[in-house]
Formats: sequence, C-alpha cells, structure tokens
Amino acid sequence: MTAEKVYIAEQLIPILEKVSDPEIPVLSILEMGVVRSALIENDNVKVQITPTYSGCPAMDVIGDDIISALNRAGYQAKVELVLTPAWTTDWITEKGRRALEDYGIAAPLGAEADKEALLGHKKIVKCTNCGSRNTRLVSQFGSTACKALFQCIDCQEPFDYFKCLK
Amino acid sequence: MSNNFLYQYILGIADNSLVLGQRLGELCGHGPNLETDIACTNISLDLLGQARSYFQYAAQLKGGDTKEDDIAFLRTEREYVNVLLVEQPNTDFAYTIGRQFLFDAFHLLFLQELQHSHDITISAIAKKAIKEVSYHYRFSSDWVKRLGDGTEESRLKMQNAINDLWTYTDELFHQTEADKAMIVEGIGVDTAKLKEAYYHALTEILKEATLDIPESKWFQKGGKNGVHTEHMGYLLNDLQYMQRTYPNLEW
Repeated sequence: MTAEKVYIAEQLIPILEKVSDPEIPVLSILEMGVVRSALIENDNVKVQITPTYSGCPAMDVIGDDIISALNRAGYQAKVELVLTPAWTTDWITEKGRRALEDYGIAAPLGAEADKEALLGHKKIVKCTNCGSRNTRLVSQFGSTACKALFQCIDCQEPFDYFKCLK
Repeated sequence: MSNNFLYQYILGIADNSLVLGQRLGELCGHGPNLETDIACTNISLDLLGQARSYFQYAAQLKGGDTKEDDIAFLRTEREYVNVLLVEQPNTDFAYTIGRQFLFDAFHLLFLQELQHSHDITISAIAKKAIKEVSYHYRFSSDWVKRLGDGTEESRLKMQNAINDLWTYTDELFHQTEADKAMIVEGIGVDTAKLKEAYYHALTEILKEATLDIPESKWFQKGGKNGVHTEHMGYLLNDLQYMQRTYPNLEW
C-alpha cells in the first residue's frame, strides 16, 4: 500500500467511521480513503475530503453526512474538497477491500492486470459469488463511474468490479 | 490583463468538457443498449465533474458574487469558447463514438501536458481528470475498432462519421490570444506540439479498425472564438433551460 499520510485526530475516528459512502453503504469513508485530514481546533473540526471521480455525485452527500455526524458529537464542522493528491484505489484499506468483496463488488486489481481485465484479454477478475475466475467483461462502465460490470460464466452471477484508478 | 487571459483559458478547457458532457447526457435512457447508455452517461458525469472544477476556479478568479453556475449556464452563445467538434449532434451511434474518439485522443494528450502547468489548481484538476480520460479513450477507441472492423453496415457508418467529423479536428490546435499568453507563462499547453502525436494516434487506431484515413485538408473553425455551428443554439436551449426558467435554482 502506498497510501499518502493522512492526519485524522484520534477522537474523530469513531465518528467518521460511522459515515459511509451512500453508493457503497458497507464501506466507511475512512476505509474508502476519501478523508485526507480531520483536525480539531477548540470545538471546530476541519475535514478535508477528496473525490474518487471528478463528477462523483456522492461527494455532496458525504460532506453533509460528515457535518451532521460531527454536529451530533458536539463539534462545529467545516468540510473542504481537495483535489491533490488525486485519489487512487490504493487508498482503499485492506478492511475496505474485504468489505467490498463481501458486498458483492470485486476489489480493484493492480494497474496492469486491470487493463488486461477491462480489455477482455485475461480472465482474472474473481466472481464475488462463487470465487471462480472464469468471468467475462460485460461493460467497462457499470452502475457508477468507478465500477465495471462483469458476469461469472460458471455461476452466471453478474457483479460489479471496482476499477483500478492510479 | 493576465488574469483575464487565465480566466478565458480556463473557459476554453471547461467549455469543451461541459458541452461534450451535455451531448453525452442526452443519451441518458436513449443509448443503443443498456451498457453503452450507462457508459456514455458515466463519461458525461466525469466531464461535467471536471467542468465544475474548472468553473469553480474561474468563478473564484472573477470574484464578486460570481458563482460557477452563472458561468456554466448564463452566458450567451457567442461567449462559449468550446471547439466545434464537441457540439456536433448524436446523429447516430457511430457519430457519438467518432466525436468521442476524436476528442478523447486530444484530451488525453492535452491533460498529460496540462498536469505540468505552473498553476497549481489547473495542474490538480488535470491530474485528477487524466485518470478518467484514459478510460474514456479506451472505451471510444475500442468501439471505433468494433464498428470499423464489424459488419459492412457498421463499417460504412463508422467511416461516414469519421469522414464528416474529421473537418473539426484541426481546430483543436488553434491558439487564441489567451492560449498564447498562457503558454508564455507556463500555465497553458502548447497544443502545436501535440498535433503530430494526435494524428499519429488516430491513424494507428483507424488502421486497426480497417477504416480509411480521411484525406481532406479543409477544416472548419470558429468555436474557440465563439462562432458556433447551428447545433449549438439548440444545445444551449436545453442546457440553460432550468437556470433561465428558475433563476438561481440550486440542487
């Protein structure tokens, strides 16, 4: 993992852990790696978040959810959107990757493998239902910008694959 | 003055993304099949997201009460400075793909340079966008190959689209006063240096798609100076409808 250093005040972790990505509710925003910093000054909290994709419609909701979660915990909060360094799928934590798989979304492969998979050259994306790698690409773009659609040839189950972003 | 050039330069980039995003958005629920419908609207979303980042920065430069929506939605047609290519209509799926392919190939090369801009905000947006646009380019060139090297009918349609849209490619490399000023400052991209790589990339893909490279040397221009094709008025009518009808409407 090459996650950039993030600064999150320890007492804020339990609060932010409860905020999830509305499009992938099993994943907290911390596991997703979109929180870049969260600092307390007096009772004011300043949180910096970064979008997964430029047009990600979930960012506004995530910002609002962070503010209301912090308000409930007695903090005044401000959320700022930052673009650098740009988010990469490497920032999804190990726990986050497992949560994705359990939810039925195949976790991102490395950059090269991802390319092979999305061009349909190699069968390497593992079915989240039966574990088989005998799967096929249905569409490079899936239900959201960050996912592609696959289908398992063995168990026939269609599933999402979280595309590698580097 | 320099600030005004920067503002104009940003609009030039943002308008391309906004207008192409709008065109692709028209396909929402109308794509040829579910997968391509979703793909086109996903690409649209990426482009609109990028446009938003640029417009937010432009609004900040303009200062006062200017909001990103004012710039995106409330200019007159002559004030939009996108290239003519991106405003061309979704005549059929081959045109949609052809337009996307001819723009993506440029967009990717452009962003690869723009990420080194001396302006940190522009550089940050470019670094973000580049990852998204690599997927767009893969999608559009993949479809050019599929349609070109497909059936007789799909090949004919793809060839027609490329032939017709080719005339809009040269404008991608035209430089306005703002472009030139920003190149001097190390903020903008010297597009003249990308031209060879651009046509080379197109040629490679078109060859693989068994398509002919258009030979026409006559090119259309005007969009970068605000002179648009007939299609632009209709597009803006749709794009601006909500803001014109319900001023200051917000999500």
